[in-house]
Amino acid sequence: MKMNPNLLNTNSARRRHILAAAVGVTGYVLVRPAFGAPATLDAAISEFARGTKVSSGRVKFEIAELIDNGNAVPITITVDSPMTDADHVVALAVFNEKNPQREVIKCRLSPLAGRAQLSTRIRLATSQKLTAIAEMNDGSFYASTVEVVVTLAACIEE
Amino acid sequence: MARTLITVPPTPKINTVIEIRALIQHPMETGFRPDGEGKLQPRNIIQRFECRFSSGGRSDLIFSAELFPAVSANPYIAFNFRATQSGTLSFLWTGDNGFTQAESVALVVV
Repeated sequence: MKMNPNLLNTNSARRRHILAAAVGVTGYVLVRPAFGAPATLDAAISEFARGTKVSSGRVKFEIAELIDNGNAVPITITVDSPMTDADHVVALAVFNEKNPQREVIKCRLSPLAGRAQLSTRIRLATSQKLTAIAEMNDGSFYASTVEVVVTLAACIEE
Repeated sequence: MARTLITVPPTPKINTVIEIRALIQHPMETGFRPDGEGKLQPRNIIQRFECRFSSGGRSDLIFSAELFPAVSANPYIAFNFRATQSGTLSFLWTGDNGFTQAESVALVVV
């Protein structure tokens, strides 16, 4: 059978197009980062950051990787900041991926704190990602994402 | 009145950073859980916590937090404060159904 050269061209052109698109998608994922998070968690983060770029680093998120009981999970968030009037953390928030509501806690800090650290206990409905995000007084945002496994979920018992 | 437990170092040295821990008795009912009959139990959470430091007629907000249902029952919050002078730390929790609780602790800096 004789192939129609035009058809062949169209096909290879289409293939190239798809390839380009694929590269585009990968590029997007690489640029949009560290979170690789689903739209909902992402949306919560970008809303908190008011659309500004969120960098990684400076935020340390301490939580057990394997959680036996999701009803009270201790977390500690520490931000690397001198907490002086000139350079301090103004806000700190924690978001989750799969609880019924994205927000966990949102705090406001002042330079009087001396150290940017928060400890609390939270509920986790299932294994998921958690993001801690800090807003600095110069308007920059830093975040840290962790992934945890929950064996007994919160919210199931009556 | 809900029970509270506030831990502050008794006599911190001047200019040291101290950890303040505040715990309050509260169910933090999420509003996502059904009761025995399958109806959702209404939300009953603490929405806001704040801590102020007052000394010499001046009161400064040192820490505040907006709480969501994902915070565990009997919310525990620990944060830091640089002890520069003696004064009073006042704590305030407010929430659903008109919940309000205030506590204060004296801070003696040596």
